Amino acid sequence: MEVKQFNYGIWTEEVNVRDFVIKNITPYYGTHEFLVGPTVRTKNLWEICKKATKEERQNNGVRSVDTNTISTVSAFDAGYIDKENEVIIGLQTDELLKRTMKPFGGFKVVQKALSEHGLVPNETLTELFSKYVKTHNDGVFDAYTKEIKKYRSLGFLTGLPDNYARGRIIGDYRRVALYGINFLIESKKDDLAKIKGPMTDAVIRLREEVSEQIKSLNEIIELGAKYNLDLSRPAENAKEAVQWTYMAYLAAVKEQDGAAMSLGNVSTFLDIYIENDIQEGLITEVEAQEYIDQFVMKLRMVRHLRMGAYDEIFAGDPTWVTEAIGGMFEDGRTKVTKTSFRFLNTLYNLGPSPEPNMTILWAKDLPENFKSYCAKVSIDTSSIQFENDELMRKSRGSDDYGIACCVSHQDLGKSIQFFGARTNLAKTLLLAINGGRCEITGTQIVEGIEPCNCEYLNFDKVMANFKIAMKHVARVYNDSMNIIHYMHDKYYYEKAQMALIDTNPSINIAYGIAGLSIVADSLSAIKYAKVKPIRNEDGLTVDFKIQGEFPCYGNDDDRVDELAAKAVADFNNELKQLSVYKNAEPTMSVLTITSNVSYGKKTGATPDGRAMGIPFAPGANPMHGRDSQGAIASLNSVAKINYEDSQDGISNTFSIVPKSLGADDSSRTENLVAILDGYFSKKAQHVNVNVLNKETLLDAMKHPEEYPQLTIRVSGYAVNFVRLTKEQQLEVITRSFHESM
Amino acid sequence: MHSIESFGTHDGPGIRLVIFLQGCKLKCLYCHNPDTIDTSGGSLMHIDELVEKAVKMKPYFSEKGGVTVSGGEPLLQSKELISFFKRLKQEGIHTNIDTNGRILNHFTKTLLDDYTDLVMLDIKHMTEEGYKAITGVPNNETTFTFAKHREASGKKMWLRYVLIPGITNIPELLHQMGSYFKNYKTIEKIELQPYHKLGIHKWKALGWNYQLKDTRENTDDEINTAVEILKNYFKKVKVN
Repeated sequence: MEVKQFNYGIWTEEVNVRDFVIKNITPYYGTHEFLVGPTVRTKNLWEICKKATKEERQNNGVRSVDTNTISTVSAFDAGYIDKENEVIIGLQTDELLKRTMKPFGGFKVVQKALSEHGLVPNETLTELFSKYVKTHNDGVFDAYTKEIKKYRSLGFLTGLPDNYARGRIIGDYRRVALYGINFLIESKKDDLAKIKGPMTDAVIRLREEVSEQIKSLNEIIELGAKYNLDLSRPAENAKEAVQWTYMAYLAAVKEQDGAAMSLGNVSTFLDIYIENDIQEGLITEVEAQEYIDQFVMKLRMVRHLRMGAYDEIFAGDPTWVTEAIGGMFEDGRTKVTKTSFRFLNTLYNLGPSPEPNMTILWAKDLPENFKSYCAKVSIDTSSIQFENDELMRKSRGSDDYGIACCVSHQDLGKSIQFFGARTNLAKTLLLAINGGRCEITGTQIVEGIEPCNCEYLNFDKVMANFKIAMKHVARVYNDSMNIIHYMHDKYYYEKAQMALIDTNPSINIAYGIAGLSIVADSLSAIKYAKVKPIRNEDGLTVDFKIQGEFPCYGNDDDRVDELAAKAVADFNNELKQLSVYKNAEPTMSVLTITSNVSYGKKTGATPDGRAMGIPFAPGANPMHGRDSQGAIASLNSVAKINYEDSQDGISNTFSIVPKSLGADDSSRTENLVAILDGYFSKKAQHVNVNVLNKETLLDAMKHPEEYPQLTIRVSGYAVNFVRLTKEQQLEVITRSFHESM
Repeated sequence: MHSIESFGTHDGPGIRLVIFLQGCKLKCLYCHNPDTIDTSGGSLMHIDELVEKAVKMKPYFSEKGGVTVSGGEPLLQSKELISFFKRLKQEGIHTNIDTNGRILNHFTKTLLDDYTDLVMLDIKHMTEEGYKAITGVPNNETTFTFAKHREASGKKMWLRYVLIPGITNIPELLHQMGSYFKNYKTIEKIELQPYHKLGIHKWKALGWNYQLKDTRENTDDEINTAVEILKNYFKKVKVN
């Protein structure tokens, strides 16, 4: 291949984007003062987008839908927002914000989503999918056992990707820009030739998958051709690099509507092309920012067709176009470049936004100017999140990674993950107290647990029962995951994304838990106070009377924080013992997205004094209002959850009113930097930061039309506040806003 | 002890662990923590435990932050604070006391001179009558004796002053305060706390009569005027 201006390395011989970045990066240590505002073209485009998104909100969240076409990489003609002003081109369809059918995850879901808007798929498709074509959802339910269905319907396992696409896989979209597709096809062909017999299931499957990937690469060339772009060759300048990378991502979101469709870490990569063009005098800062603004604008306009019920677990119509920004290389150099700043600058040029989900990979050694700028952006926009680069880099052994969804490390182009939603750990604890029966329906879920008949709950006995309950829940969870991912590969394989990933990547399965703080406080109450279960005539606990005091998670008190950390470690250990489809490595997250509200609804009263139906705290957060010693004590409690026991991520959402963060702008920035340095030095993994007044949120509930871009961080991602349900809005407002006395 | 705030951003430099001690001999009309006044209330906490809390927070302190002891009136427990601050200094943690400056005994002097990096001294009023009206007790000169002692020790001090329209926010009084302290070398800045009624619900909860209920808050102009006056005398004037 032709390589002109760049430093050579092994990347010129084989597909290895990391090597290219390492050899060619220009780290940036300066301030944000070089940044420029949006061009007139960008502003014109953004006005059109704002108008379109307003129409979308007014039209029940959907502006238009195509009911005739199955969305694939090459489906639909070229689409533009306003061709004259577009520097970076390409839409998912021929029209802005038009949603499409991606029925291979589940046709019934597509039908349901359409019917909620008074629509139906066209007749031919309906006939095809009812009679002849099988989907992921069909396959899963063919294989599901009665037991899995029971766990699922009673809310022990929820949000499983069994009727929607699993997502989470991050294609290495940079490859299309760096190599061009012809080179990638050749490389995949070489791989295919090397996959030989004996023809076991795994070998046959891999041969089929790689063949699919090659077809998909050709389809991406076709997609480019619709826009008169020759993606078969490498990008030759900065504009093309941005455009090629976007086309690769566009292919993914045309084919798949996975819950999370992360972008990876493209900012550092793209900077190399931009820096090169600026050095050669081909472009100025104005064009550089314009490329990024328009790229980001396109990412903000990505849409999927979702049914209403989806909103309960993933509220606010998220797409999780997660872009990891910053971080360090193993060699001690920073990955921060001017383009890291340019990405963040879009939050000013285009205003705050939940997407792309910009995630700062934080390390003590990041350039100080960058740290301050990130803190400023966070305070000004509440649109970005922070994750511990040093921790993940060392624990997961890779410095070229993206964040899948909210908090999950993923080695770019080298590994993928199987998304597994989560289990309700609080309900699992209640099994331990109710003799293995569901606390709400009385259905026997787990055998072999003695009912607790004593007047007061005994800590050791509850712990022993909890362990049994965990073991069974883990087993059934693992069964469901194996079925789900087997079927997803079979019926809705991510061929476009997998074409941009090494042929035999490592895989981690991403289990999850919800209700951690409830479990910790409940165990603390049982251990340090006296907890008397109140039982109904059927012997099920309907309430708990607590006598005495007990330490609550969120106050930096080891007595209870250790119980939280232990619950995570214990459940993770149960999961680790179970073998997984494709030999995936088990990992676990403490993350709820916005499902903490619906989990709460499905969970009876708990021994910590929480009443039935009350929402859980999100992710690994302490329960609302129980952290009485201020923000840092709360952060320190969360930091005690060991990342090694929860390698898929530990989400914490931190909301604070501006006045409490500091008296003026400069002290707020300084204090936020200090918080992040301190928190991550404690080996915490993730934090969302909201700097907002409660009054603003209350006002936005009353006058949503005045706050179209009000963005807040919830568990692991950001949403437009006005797109949350009323219930979720109230939950966000109730959640601990740290205000010092 | 009354309570703990692990993320104090308004009680001294940087991020601070603020320990609110219980008990105060004054009963200032505007006190926003009246629940800390009663000397018989509060809970006991072991110094080891407090030191441990501070050490756990060290990574957040950066270069500026540290521990602030507030109240209540912390100097009522000077003797105990000596051993606490001694331990904090061994851990390299910045120490700060927020005080009304009424106590200056042997223990207080040791605490202040040897272990307290920063003192935040509350100036209630410049006149004896004003002082007594606000605090309910006489002898305003104790505040000035305290300030002199701190100045003589050469260690850092901030002044704090609550701005109440018509009571303390009077140009004449502000000039008087400025003139009095203008030659002090240890004063880094003066912090103005515009009067607010946020603590009023606590007074109600205690069943106490809140005498300032008809007093209004400062206008922005009044705050700015006060700042401008004080800038003539102090290196730094900050509105909290």
